[in-house]
Amino acid sequence: MSVPLLQVNDLKKHFPVNKGLFGRQTEFVYAVDGVSFEIARGETLSLVGESGCGKSTVGRAILRLFDVTSGQVVLDGQRIDDAHPSTMRQLRQRIQVVFQDPFSSLNPRMRVRDILAEPIRNFGLAKSATDLETRVTALMDTVRLPREALNRRPHEFSGGQRQRIGIARALAAEPELIVCDEAVSALDVSVKAQIVNLLQDLQREFGLALLFISHDLAIVEHMTHRVAVMYLGKIVEIAPRREIFAAPRHPYTKALLSAVPLPEPGAKRNPIILGGDVPSPINPPKGCRFHTRCPFVFDRCRTEEPHLRSEGEQWVACHLDALPAG
Amino acid sequence: MTDTTVNPQVLPAGLVLAPQLPDILRPVTIRRGFIGFLRSHPTVAIGGVLLLMLVLIAVFAPYLWTVDPTALAPAKRTRAPSAVFWFGTDALGRDIYSRVLFGARVSLTVGLSVAIFASAAGLAIGMVSGFVRWADGILMRFMDGLMSIPPILLAIALMALTRGSVGNVILAITVAEIPRVSRLVRSVVLSLREQPYVDAAVACGTRAPMIIVRHILPNTVAPMLVQATYICASAMITEAILSFIGAGTPPTIPSWGNIMAEGRALWQVKPYIVFFPAAFLSITVLAVNLLGDGLRDALDPRMAKRL
Repeated sequence: MSVPLLQVNDLKKHFPVNKGLFGRQTEFVYAVDGVSFEIARGETLSLVGESGCGKSTVGRAILRLFDVTSGQVVLDGQRIDDAHPSTMRQLRQRIQVVFQDPFSSLNPRMRVRDILAEPIRNFGLAKSATDLETRVTALMDTVRLPREALNRRPHEFSGGQRQRIGIARALAAEPELIVCDEAVSALDVSVKAQIVNLLQDLQREFGLALLFISHDLAIVEHMTHRVAVMYLGKIVEIAPRREIFAAPRHPYTKALLSAVPLPEPGAKRNPIILGGDVPSPINPPKGCRFHTRCPFVFDRCRTEEPHLRSEGEQWVACHLDALPAG
Repeated sequence: MTDTTVNPQVLPAGLVLAPQLPDILRPVTIRRGFIGFLRSHPTVAIGGVLLLMLVLIAVFAPYLWTVDPTALAPAKRTRAPSAVFWFGTDALGRDIYSRVLFGARVSLTVGLSVAIFASAAGLAIGMVSGFVRWADGILMRFMDGLMSIPPILLAIALMALTRGSVGNVILAITVAEIPRVSRLVRSVVLSLREQPYVDAAVACGTRAPMIIVRHILPNTVAPMLVQATYICASAMITEAILSFIGAGTPPTIPSWGNIMAEGRALWQVKPYIVFFPAAFLSITVLAVNLLGDGLRDALDPRMAKRL
């Protein structure tokens, strides 16, 4: 395998909480606690998991919207987690983002033209004013919005149209990787399908890699190459789409997949109901983080933390997996 | 509108075809331009027109059949309103109509100046507070301290340190109003900083100064403009109060507060001395508040498309 486009090595992000009266930081939220994965060029990696498991934090760390606690983010052989601000500004061109909420991800006071021109100007991609204009209109064509819409402001568009503008802005920088942070979660089903198809077309057209952060497994199954399942700040299973949907190995993945509703009236799937709530990321359980809710828990899980082990291309962090088959 | 024409024949018996949407919805004309804006925001129009009239009155006071507002006429004291003295005369025989019109100059100057200065200072302090973490605590505790003193008391205290003049009144009220603006700006900045479009701008390689100019400031202006109108209104009232209790504009300058203070002793026998400046003050404050309320709705871009 060639050098991956993006490598994330043992990424950790801990947010301080409980600032005491004199600014003492007593506790941390272990939002992301040792996450590693790779994304190849032109590949879609989906990051799934329930709310609060740290998916978005991983995405924001890759975009370097904040500094990470420890670990590395390597883009094409170059570390970006500790890059100097001036170097970072150049590297930002290669990673762009599409956010969840199409209403707050566009500045309400800017015209679409200026929203799209911002990254082009910042990265000096246009050679002249006419080139800028050509690029901006081409972007509108790419995301299938009418060119006349360039002079309008975001509030004049529907949610799906705004998301197209958000995608156009991400494309304007001519990136190699786009982080889609729940990019379709806020849209209704028919619009969702349009946006997903648009993303897939763009991926083919421009050879984009996508980090697709989502909790919607149906869409993930439709568009991804590989899936990483997160639970409480850790990846519990990472595998190609076919393997994970056909034969999930981690008990959490199994429970997650069994909860997906089938689009057939009357269909029953016997979902695995997990007991209890997700433990607090301020004080995560020792040993395996999932042991408080795992139906197959045994002694070793409570003391020893499982590491990702591979079987072919399927990586699982579970002690069950190390047991002899049976 | 889709033209879904349903064949009435296929409807089961007893069912009536619902009227189609185009019949129910009356055609809406989108109003454009300045006049259209005023028509769709009547409060702005009413407040704006009232305020404009008051400003014109203040500016052209010498030409509006007024006499010298400080000219004494001991022989014509406390005359009731008449064809000669439209609003009557006060205890020293001065024409109240002239005094009220010239008083508008003081009130509007104070209101406008305080609104401008307090907004500018509050914007600067709020911006620093919202962006510089270590300065935030210090600045905000200082503002809390200022806010814990009632604005009137603070203004009286500041006036006690200086001598009465319009400039000092403006300064005193401005100091008392700054904490409110800076708190507002700080809270707006803090919430804007968390907006996804700001994160997207960072990801787009926009530098911090440009993020402030392009993404933070334009979205701070609208709430601040609205706050400025309220400050303008409250500053005019504070000025009147200060003048009324003798801690504001010197008595040689006619201001609404001064006229009311001088008429106070005679209020039960000659109510018109107090009535006319009070009515003008109320109308002015009402106009400014109407303008502010209307602007609050009109400046929200999400409301802009409202038909």
